Parts: sequence; structure tokens; C-alpha cells
Amino acid sequence: MRPFEEEFKLLNDTLQEMGSLVAHSIQRSVLSLVEKNEDYAHQVIRDESRVDQMEVQVDEKVTSLIVREQPVARDMRLVVSAIKISTDLERMGDLAVHIAERALSLMTQPPLPEAVNFGEIANLVESMVLGSLDAFVKRDAQLARGILETDDAVDKARNGIQRQLTGLMQRDATTVCRALDYLIVARKLERIADHATNIAEDVIFLTQGVDVRHQPAVEVA
Amino acid sequence: MIPTSTETSTQAHTAVPKMRAANVNFFYGSFKALHDVSLEFAANKVTALIGPSGCGKSTFLRNLNRINETLRDTRIEGEITLDGENILDKDVTEIRRRIGMVFQRPNPFPKSIFENIIYGPRINGMLKKKTAAEVVEQSLRRAALWDEVKDKLNESAYAISGGQQQRLCIARALAVDPEVLLLDEPCSALDPIATAKIEDLLVGLKNQCTIVIVTHNMQQAARVADTTGFFLLGRLIEHDKTDVIFKNPSKKETEDYITGRFG
Repeated sequence: MRPFEEEFKLLNDTLQEMGSLVAHSIQRSVLSLVEKNEDYAHQVIRDESRVDQMEVQVDEKVTSLIVREQPVARDMRLVVSAIKISTDLERMGDLAVHIAERALSLMTQPPLPEAVNFGEIANLVESMVLGSLDAFVKRDAQLARGILETDDAVDKARNGIQRQLTGLMQRDATTVCRALDYLIVARKLERIADHATNIAEDVIFLTQGVDVRHQPAVEVA
Repeated sequence: MIPTSTETSTQAHTAVPKMRAANVNFFYGSFKALHDVSLEFAANKVTALIGPSGCGKSTFLRNLNRINETLRDTRIEGEITLDGENILDKDVTEIRRRIGMVFQRPNPFPKSIFENIIYGPRINGMLKKKTAAEVVEQSLRRAALWDEVKDKLNESAYAISGGQQQRLCIARALAVDPEVLLLDEPCSALDPIATAKIEDLLVGLKNQCTIVIVTHNMQQAARVADTTGFFLLGRLIEHDKTDVIFKNPSKKETEDYITGRFG
């Protein structure tokens, strides 16, 4: 492998590592909420600095490659995608921290009178995150397109949680603070799904050179 | 791997082509240097031809004004048209007036700057409507050289820098009002500043003529060309808008070459 190919591989590997770390953070943040697991929450908060460092590393590597190699074609698409993907991953890491912090706060409070099922939205978001990262690793545009179609289901699940919690708050004002925390968590999960969608769009650009942003998922597929 | 395809992308052109090569085969003796090359050059556009050494891009370029005929034992098959007329059937002197050429190394005549410019118009009988002084000034202005040499027109062309000599050669080619300008690696012997001046000049000149440039510098092709053709082993592998070639080429050979993985 020529030296510049090793540089591109290193960039690719760094992104994969960053994606893996963020995916684990998201999983742990949800588990910290659902299982009231303090250790998971603290782990997510500790890992955030590593995610931030990796975003900086990716940006430094990209600017260096642009200056030295003047990449074109697939190499250009990799460096352009790398900046975007690392930004999305860093934001996903931040959102996982927000969820973990909410989880820690809710652990000190009594449970809501009725259970809120985060299982569906959590599973959907997890599958989107892992799917988008898998699509990146495998350079699979078809897989990426499938991620785009899942976003609506996440929105629907979040809306369901919102309706349930809104009804609860209307019936019982003592639940407002806790319900709002859960609403914020649902919103954070939806935002994580949006970032996974962005990564999927970047994978399509990376593999096929096609910009599918801001198009309805049906048209992209 | 020996390439098997020859592509002409119709996506690259929306206008009637100024020049068109159709199924061109070219031979140096028994050696077949070009294989079934078909390519169109849109009017008032810059087309870059890229490819590794020995791929046939310069050979192809030299066929566009028939200068390969000055070599012994060469043969061409196929058709090359200018405004729809086959140049192979036309008077070669007239063809070379209409299709000018600039070479890799500046090659001014051993004459003054003035005489270098006026030589072509004089022998082509083009001084009836304009004076020699007018032709010289106009040509040097078109080549962005007038301000630098206007006070030394009677000095030897060898007395100016390499970059200026190359612009003088461009001015000399422009003096006979060509419709097409062929440039064979015009900046390879020049420093970055002189190169930048030539590139700026080419972008401005395309409003006045159609330009075809052979270059080893892919960043140069990306900067100045509207469309880019990639040659390999005597074949045209891909020709498309420069943006497409450098962002998302359709042929693996093209991508391997422009990303430096070729060979």
C-alpha cells in the first residue's frame, strides 16, 4: 500500500472507531435510563471527551490530506464525508450524554404512575445508528438507503411517547417535571436518528457520488 | 489490464461540436498508437486530455492539425472534422492556420518579438485590412503580454523569460486568428507563476476560440478545462465534464489514474 493510501485507511479506521464508541455510548445511555444503571450513565459521560478528541483528529487528518494529496474522486468523497460524519458522530455523542444526565436525574426520583415504553424508539434508533455505521464500513449504499426510510418510524414512535406523556401531565400535575425529562429523552433519541440519517446520506454520496440530502426518502430509494 | 472500451460521453456536450474525431486509428509504421478514438470538442470550451506517458494523448492532439504528417511512415484512419468538414480532405496550410498549436517548450523564431508575431499574418496575406502594428499589438494583448514587451518589440524573442516566450508563442498562434488552439503541455517547462498566467489566459481565450490542452498536471486540467478526456494505451477511456471526471468518474481506470493508484 502506498503511503497516501495508508493515510486514507487511517482516516477510515479512525471514523470506524469513533462510530463504534458513539454507538456504544448511545446503547449505554438508553440502558442507563431503562435499567436505572448509574455505571452506564457515568461511562457515557466519561467517553464523551474521547469522542471529541476523535472529531478533532479526523478534521486534522482531513485538512492534511487535502493540502498534501489534493484528493479527487473517491478520495475526495471520503474526506468530504469524513468531516460530515465525524460532526454527526460528535453530536450523537453529546446527545447520548444528555440522555445519560437525564437518566441520572430520574434515578433519584420516583417512577411515573404509568410506564413509558422506550423500547420501540430505542430499538429503532439503535438499528439506524448501527445500520448507518455498517453501511459506512461496507460502503453499502443500499443499506444506507434503508436507513433513510426508517426515520419516519422514529418520528412516529416519538409522537406516541409525546402523546402519552402529555396526557399524563394533563391528568396529574405532579408528574410534569419527570414527564418533561422523559420527553426530552425522546427528543434526544429522535435527534440521534436524524444524525444517523445524515450519515446514511453521506454514505450514499461517498459510494455513489450522489447527493440525496433534502429529498423525500421514497424518492431516494 | 488492456482497456477495451472507447467512450464518448454525450453528456459532456450540449452544443454542436467545433471539431469532431470519429473512429480515429493512427499508426507509426506498423505500431498502432491510437485505437478507434471518437471525441467531440464543443466550441468555445476548453478540453483537457490526460493520461500516463505514452497513452497517445499528444499523438491524438497532433492529428487535430495534421502535424503528424510531418513525420515519416505515419498513417491515419477515420475522420476528423472542423465545422463538419473533414480536415483530412482540406489544404493542410489552411488547416494549420485555423487550428493553431503551442508546444511544450517555448519555440519562438530567432527573430524579434515583432517579427515573431507578424510572420504568420504576413505569409497568409492577412495584412490588407490591418497594419502590422495593429496585428502585433492585438495579438500580444490577447496573450496578456503587451504591457510587458511593448517597449521592446524590436528586441530578440530570446531576450524575454521562458514564461513570456510561451505567451509569445501563444500570441504568434493567435495572430492568424485560429478557430482552435491546441496546446501540448504548454506549462511543463514553466514555473508556477508563469503557469498561473498561462492558465488565466486560457480561461479568457476560450471566448475567442476552442481550446484543447494536453497536460500531465491533473490539477491544471481541473482548474482550466470544461471537459476532460482520459487516454490509456491509445484508447479514449472516458470523456466528460471535468467536474464529473474528478468527482465521480464512471470508469475504474480513470479513477485509478487520477487518484494516483494507476500502475
